[in-house]
Amino acid sequence: MPRLTIDDLKKIKEKHRSDFTLREGGYRAKVTVHMGTCGIAAGARAVMTALMDEITKANITDVIVTTSGCAGLCAKEPLATVEIMNHPPVKYCDLNDEKMREIFREHIMAGNPVEKYALVAGCESTY
Amino acid sequence: MDKVRANLMLCAGTGCVASGTPKVKEALLEELKKRGLDEEIKLVLTGCNGYCAEGPVMAVYPDQVFYQKVTVEDIPILVEEHFLKGRPYQKLMFKEPEKKTAIPRMGDIPFFKHQVLRVLRNKGLIDPEKIEEYISRDGYQAMAKALTEMTSEDIVKVVKDSGLRGRGGAGFPTGLKWDFASKVKSDIKYMLCNGDEGDPGAFMDRSVMEADPHSVIEGMVIGAKAIGAHHGYIYVRAEYPLAVKRLQLAIDQATESGLLGGNILGTGFDFHLEIYLGAGAFVCGEETALMRSLEGKRGMPRPRPPFPAHKGLWDKPSVLNNVETLAQIAPIIMNGSEWYRSLGTEKSAGTKVFALTGAVNNVGLVEVPMGIPLRTIIYDIGGGIRKGRKFKAVQLGGPSGGCIPESHLNTPVTYEDIVATGAIVGSGGMVVMDDNTCMVGTAKFFLEFTADESCGKCTPCRVGTKILLDMLTDITEGKGKESDIETLLDLGRDIISTSLCGLGQTAPNPVLTTIKYFRDEYESHIRDKWCKAGVCRNLTTFWIDEKLCKGCGACLRACPSKAIIGEKKQPHKIIQEVCVHCRTCYEACKFKSIKILPAGFEGDPSELLEAAAAAGEGKKGDSK
Repeated sequence: MPRLTIDDLKKIKEKHRSDFTLREGGYRAKVTVHMGTCGIAAGARAVMTALMDEITKANITDVIVTTSGCAGLCAKEPLATVEIMNHPPVKYCDLNDEKMREIFREHIMAGNPVEKYALVAGCESTY
Repeated sequence: MDKVRANLMLCAGTGCVASGTPKVKEALLEELKKRGLDEEIKLVLTGCNGYCAEGPVMAVYPDQVFYQKVTVEDIPILVEEHFLKGRPYQKLMFKEPEKKTAIPRMGDIPFFKHQVLRVLRNKGLIDPEKIEEYISRDGYQAMAKALTEMTSEDIVKVVKDSGLRGRGGAGFPTGLKWDFASKVKSDIKYMLCNGDEGDPGAFMDRSVMEADPHSVIEGMVIGAKAIGAHHGYIYVRAEYPLAVKRLQLAIDQATESGLLGGNILGTGFDFHLEIYLGAGAFVCGEETALMRSLEGKRGMPRPRPPFPAHKGLWDKPSVLNNVETLAQIAPIIMNGSEWYRSLGTEKSAGTKVFALTGAVNNVGLVEVPMGIPLRTIIYDIGGGIRKGRKFKAVQLGGPSGGCIPESHLNTPVTYEDIVATGAIVGSGGMVVMDDNTCMVGTAKFFLEFTADESCGKCTPCRVGTKILLDMLTDITEGKGKESDIETLLDLGRDIISTSLCGLGQTAPNPVLTTIKYFRDEYESHIRDKWCKAGVCRNLTTFWIDEKLCKGCGACLRACPSKAIIGEKKQPHKIIQEVCVHCRTCYEACKFKSIKILPAGFEGDPSELLEAAAAAGEGKKGDSK
């Protein structure tokens, strides 16, 4: 490692921000991909991969992705819940790769829930 | 795709490594790869998490789920359930001792909930072997501030105003120590760190050195700037190999990055730091002895004055601070003295780390604001006494400390209040004892340690501790004399007032406090030849109460010397000639039918037991 300056300390902190957003909290949005047996069978893995890919491309650190079990609505899988802090969570259903990318751009980045894919808004919050 | 969606913080402190972290790590990495999760889930090895009794422990972020006692066999199901399907795995969660319900989130577990982390701020949150992780948690920002924006006087003032006192044991104000050394004129000064943690049962310094080595280094550079030192040593015991390895790695990384060595951060300030391994003598934790040892001589204390601030290492002005003290410096510099004083009491500001061990449900490292009652630490954080037994005493301050009884459990943990009980805060060892503990035996245990570790330079300590130990041994073997208690008290006070260093000046504390609070136990050992806790073998007779015995045979099976006879469902009997007084039967009996009587007791003990029970009740009443 080269010798550091005081500015470098701040740069290193920035570079590792996404890891510490996970550990310390303080994220802006959380997306939960429901990965129960039903979700996985319906293609949740591809939805998750698409989402992670979008986040990587957008180079942002304040959106976290997590998984949860079956949401109880197996017929409408893959499901995902998007929670923007201080806004009611929105559940999306019958997702696929393309829909997830659209939701990422419209809802997570621009702040406009994508009504045509939404199942319900303001559902119970996951832990 | 390089977005990481979860961090698994697996503890790799000494305790968890011993319980199996390396194998768990391998199994986890393999399983994550197998499931195709290895790119999106990151495994981080952290330093000691503090909850050592239940290791290996692992925290999962962002879910904040806490797992304990993780084994290799658990890994496949854990990965599938939690990391793939998002269903936290109940089997490995913390369970409430009484209700057995699982508590998933770390912040809800009582052991963690009541703690306030300042010294241990990075505990379990960073990989101690990567300097970038420390920097990401604002590491070295305080050092940058101290080196560029502050004068030596500014630094001394902030630390003085913060009220920080030395966490090694004596509680001397840190700012004052720095002030003395900064005012002495000398071409060479030394900034030293005391990592010679020697109290039995204490491991907070080891934990800090393992989990957050850079915090100690940063504190030292700031201290060096304050006193004008350009060389320093960290004195660590060689028995802490993992701490030594991580400290050395941290020093190497910091030096390579220009955060140590010459021209730090381009500011023109130089500070060169080295590790020195101590051979583990307890007395080398004493500052003058530590400095002699650093010089390559035999570690023995010398009279003060001159104080080390004037004549320390190689007779140059030196400051020696404890690991935990130094780890607090960076946040004080960043947040100011008022912030530091916002916790704790007027004279004991901030937080203190305790190593909670012994007969409590939750054993581990706890950091709490000073001034909270002992009861909160033992019952709320420690989860109360193990196996539902009764609390008897808590030993504070290791071999230099004392035993505090139930009646003083509301004592706030501050330097002054603890000293008033006869114990000391010391470095922070806190050993909880239940009613199976013999207090004379406890005093003897600590005296064995101090008599062994006395360096032998001054007579009161060298000879005095040996005489104390011999008398205690006699008492526990049934050879005690009526006059012994007064002799112990007199001799103890003499040793305290005439010894050269802190070792001798505190060594009698365990004896004095146990006599102060448990004098009746000494008396029954001496007069009645009766160790009521059933620990001293020569002072017990084990006897089965026929009225309570159900004849279940548990004692009979447990007895190693086949001293118990009896038919099934008939009251059993102990053959006294064969009994070796090991108390195994006493532990095995579920019906409390085995009673502990004085040595050589014969006949019907019911009167004696009633009297003892009444005395016990009376005493309990008095204490409230």
